Amino acid sequence: MAWFRKDKKPKVQPEERTSQIPEGLWIKCDGCREIIYRKEVVRRNWICPKCGFHFSIGARQRLESLLDDGAYDEFGQHLAATDPLKFKDKKAYRDRLVDYRAKTGMNDAVITASGTIEGIPVVAAVMEYEFMGGSMGSVVGEKITRAAELALAERRPLFVISTSGGARMQEGALSLMQMAKISAALARLHEARIPFLSILADPTTGGVTASYAMLGDVIIAEPGALIGFAGPRVIEQTIRQKLPEGFQRSEFLLEHGMLDLVVPRGEMRDTVARVLRLLWIPAAEVPAAGLASTSLA
Amino acid sequence: MLSPAPGDPPVTDESFEKPILELEQKIEELAGLGNPALESEIASLREKLDAVRREVYSQLDPWQKTQVARHPRRPYTLDFVGGLLEDWIELHGDRRFSDDHAIVAGMGRFRGRPVAVVGHQKGRATREKIQRNFGMPRPEGYRKALRVMQMAEKFGRPILTFIDTPGAYPGIDAEERGQAEAIAFNLREMARLRVPVICTVTGEGGSGGALAIGVGNRVNMLEYSVYSVISPEGCASILWRDAAKAPEMAQALRLTAPDLKDLDVIDEIIPEPAGAAHSDPQGTIDAVGQVLERQLGELATLSADELLEDRYQRFRRIGKFTELHA
Repeated sequence: MAWFRKDKKPKVQPEERTSQIPEGLWIKCDGCREIIYRKEVVRRNWICPKCGFHFSIGARQRLESLLDDGAYDEFGQHLAATDPLKFKDKKAYRDRLVDYRAKTGMNDAVITASGTIEGIPVVAAVMEYEFMGGSMGSVVGEKITRAAELALAERRPLFVISTSGGARMQEGALSLMQMAKISAALARLHEARIPFLSILADPTTGGVTASYAMLGDVIIAEPGALIGFAGPRVIEQTIRQKLPEGFQRSEFLLEHGMLDLVVPRGEMRDTVARVLRLLWIPAAEVPAAGLASTSLA
Repeated sequence: MLSPAPGDPPVTDESFEKPILELEQKIEELAGLGNPALESEIASLREKLDAVRREVYSQLDPWQKTQVARHPRRPYTLDFVGGLLEDWIELHGDRRFSDDHAIVAGMGRFRGRPVAVVGHQKGRATREKIQRNFGMPRPEGYRKALRVMQMAEKFGRPILTFIDTPGAYPGIDAEERGQAEAIAFNLREMARLRVPVICTVTGEGGSGGALAIGVGNRVNMLEYSVYSVISPEGCASILWRDAAKAPEMAQALRLTAPDLKDLDVIDEIIPEPAGAAHSDPQGTIDAVGQVLERQLGELATLSADELLEDRYQRFRRIGKFTELHA
């Protein structure tokens, strides 16, 4: 395959760069190992034209591809983690935060925003895997809680796109408690009959799966995403055997009744809009007596 | 998971108990002689034992506390039930798949008041450990817990939970049946229970598997229990790829009761008798009973809406962050 070898810098300047995507004119697909034309992948929103593999993409890119005109009003972007535990392993948490801020241009691992999808007003929270593995600490917990509270106050549907290794160890039990905090806010959305859509991207594990990610009225996953409570390594260590092929992938979860839909990235916006139109009761249409005349089981 | 997986070599160091065990042994030997002339010596040794216990236990580091929290003679949920409840009836099964023995649930009378109890249950002998799956619930355990809690709500009964688990079971079957969903659903539904909920961490508060029965109006910890997002061993193996770093991570994770009180994660620390819960289970059960009785009294004055708001705000406040303007 010498023909494909890259000796010189590509003449074509790569478009806006997403950090874990290799640069160059040609890239190798992590799914089928085929060499594919980069431009073609970009054009398809980072999906392999040969096998449909979904490359990991950034939170901003996801927001832009889902919301009308790629426009959104971000809020909570100034919230930033402190280091309440003074946590240090090989590197101090404080220093890690500085590095990830520089690397991603974000203060923490989620973007919260409001916008519209095909004219439907929504509140969105989109996680960024590149910021410390999308881990959930106090800031992610606070921002998603605020997003849910805003959705409640304005009767806008909420959707969250998760991609996360789980709760952030460096904030200890404070991270763990965010699971309860967010879930309690989602309980209020549930009672107010405001739709909550949970979208899962590769990977979604641990405390994120075991809280808001699994609480959607409708739960949608991208194809081939790793989704689970315990990570495969922990399970293999516990049961001391290899896991079957495809275990904990989107299609496996769909088969086991844990998801509503597996939807390719290119159809996500359309699917979300259709679901929301079928579920959402706009504030103007809420009867004066409220929706609570029949109790929620 | 808060403990190493079953089968992993235990990383334990209970050498801090050595002076206590030596004294205990000496007292036992002397008492065994049955000589009345030794009574006063035995009495002074008992006093010394008490002092040594206090001394040793006042200086435990977080890793040592983790060992104490896992001590097999600590009271487990059914011990608290036996010591605190009358008319206990254990209820079984999630009505969907099976009955998980790693979680017990039931109803009984606490100081005259009908209550529901839900708690993790570990085993002591090998056979019972296996039957209880080392206190690691599967999804059906969490679903049973919620079923009983919602039944308690239906009949207006307060709920007491006892938390003591290494974590939710990380196995293929548990994943297939939706371990994550079971935990998540409990978190949301516990936030909606219109009756008082009091949670007490009695041993290991192992991450999501603990929190799944831990959303209460009050969250207590026994003095030498621990509560953490991950076990020190798990944390060490992820961040250092070296389980030997566990003691260091136990320190870093701030998982002890005083740490979590400082971080506003818990409401109250329940002091344990000298030498910790395993040296005086009955004293520990009584101490827990007193706190629960007082807290139930406080919560009894709140309406259902006030209870919901109280529980919401209790968790809403948790978290530390700042604003950073570039």
